[in-house]
Amino acid sequence: MNPQEALALLPQWKHAVLVYTGSDGYPMSVATSFQAGIDSVELAAVSAGPEEPPDGEAQLLFSSIRPYPGVGYDQRRYLELTGTLTKGETWRFVPRKARGWDENTLPFPELCERAVRQANRYLAQLSAERGKRVTPEMSAGWKLFVATRAPFLTATLVPVALGVCVAAYQHHFNLGLVLLTLIGAIAVHLGLNVANDYFDARSGADGQNMTPTMFSGGSRVIQYGLVSQRQMLMLSLAFYAIAIVCGLALVALTGPGLLWLGVAGLFVSWFYTAPPLQLVHRGLGELAVALGFGPIMVLGAYYVQTGHYALLPGLLSIPVAILVMLILYANEIPDRLADALAGKRTLVVRLAPKQVVAAYAVAAGIAYASLVAVVVAGIAPWPVLFALLTIPLAVQVVRGLARTYDRPYDIMPYLQSNVLLHLATGSLLSAGILAARLIP
Amino acid sequence: MGAMPDDVADLLDKALVCELTVIDNRGRLHTDPLIPLWDGSRILMTSSILFSRKLERIKANPKVSVSLSDPVGIPREPFLRATIQGDARVLDGDLHRDWYRRTFDLWVEKEPVVRKLLRFRFALPLFWERSVIEIEPRRVIRWRDGDTARRPDVFELETAS
Repeated sequence: MNPQEALALLPQWKHAVLVYTGSDGYPMSVATSFQAGIDSVELAAVSAGPEEPPDGEAQLLFSSIRPYPGVGYDQRRYLELTGTLTKGETWRFVPRKARGWDENTLPFPELCERAVRQANRYLAQLSAERGKRVTPEMSAGWKLFVATRAPFLTATLVPVALGVCVAAYQHHFNLGLVLLTLIGAIAVHLGLNVANDYFDARSGADGQNMTPTMFSGGSRVIQYGLVSQRQMLMLSLAFYAIAIVCGLALVALTGPGLLWLGVAGLFVSWFYTAPPLQLVHRGLGELAVALGFGPIMVLGAYYVQTGHYALLPGLLSIPVAILVMLILYANEIPDRLADALAGKRTLVVRLAPKQVVAAYAVAAGIAYASLVAVVVAGIAPWPVLFALLTIPLAVQVVRGLARTYDRPYDIMPYLQSNVLLHLATGSLLSAGILAARLIP
Repeated sequence: MGAMPDDVADLLDKALVCELTVIDNRGRLHTDPLIPLWDGSRILMTSSILFSRKLERIKANPKVSVSLSDPVGIPREPFLRATIQGDARVLDGDLHRDWYRRTFDLWVEKEPVVRKLLRFRFALPLFWERSVIEIEPRRVIRWRDGDTARRPDVFELETAS
């Protein structure tokens, strides 16, 4: 901020604090009233006690909060002007430098994110002073929870449940195989999440993101110094190893037909952010996620139960695939500036804001239309249409995304609704299939 | 030589905000708004490592001033203004726990939402890695009715050191 811009802001404040250094080396501060001019500030003379303010280097600090009973306060803002004080008939302060913060223009979470480098610098200084590494603390359980982004596992639970429910509708159900399928699918998903953080840290996409939210910008455990890049890579490989063991066990138990699907799933998952393919950098990440968390998981879960592939689970995986793709797609909205800087050319980076929202609406419309089509075609039973009950939620998300597109913290409730949309639609779809078995 | 005047101690107890000024190693002034906490003998503040430049400066030069000036941020009647000069030190032995032991009860009295936010510390972990700034007051300058055009009362305080 330059001093002229700062002077224009002064009418927001009722008083200033004049700060200077006393001859004893202590800073001295005294409140005063003021009148902002074009290039200077006129101050009311003050009586400062032991030592009056001298002509010369000084500061003016403007600060305010709004007390908020039961909470503390809000509406925080301050402005620090550094410059020169000249006392004559009137006291005049000419600013040379300005810095400040207003939480209405720079939200507190973003302010914190911009300060991460300073925090890491301070930790490095403490480490050097003490001769041992000083790092932020978090319990191992919380670190694992945060690093894996475990709450997003609904993206896996929904397609696996759908595949299992379609199989159950056709009188195939084996609980042991369901559990093994779930463990394998969850391991792939967590491996993907952790690998994504590792590769985004290496490419700089997460490091440059100053507006991460609960839904976007990665888990931040690397940027915050909670987990090293190497630890994240090892964790990711461990999850993939679990997934491979589960997959091979399922192939052995159910047949070789699962193998190619499992290989495709692992391929898409790893190369989502990993070089050389980096599908998400090429505008193919959305398609990769749709395939992986749609047909691959639904058909895989179905195959494990039945030992064969079929048209019905494949067609029912379409709306689930589209809606899970839309989770990623909407979550890319607050990330788009950092993604663009890192060369991560997601669809949201490539499209104009209006196009992004319109494409969301069209894709959601196709998801619902595909459901109606499979019922009209007589392929799926009519109770799967229960899933259409979520259309109002989809409309709410579209409107919310359009309204809050440029406000990363205000968009969060709609990103949450978007996750809920996938979960609710997928759950109603599964429930509809199961209900069709009970309803004659 | 005396103790902290009762009305200034009360001002510290009531204040939701003060202005802390520190001097860097090139003699430049830096002022930040912070919540002052009064433990009966020292002024305490807590700062996240995210905003740790002031901590580096205090370590280089402990001479600080604390201004209590904002009638909105200090809901006390009758209002008065004060500036306290003193020597600060940074307590950052255990960034995860020391601030909690030393300042949490006093902090939460002024900002009750902190208790709730702390439950979600995993969401903003670096914010909750914190140091304590402990200020030993040396001199208090008090403007009884808040009017700084009038001559203030000056108190030189006894210090432990």
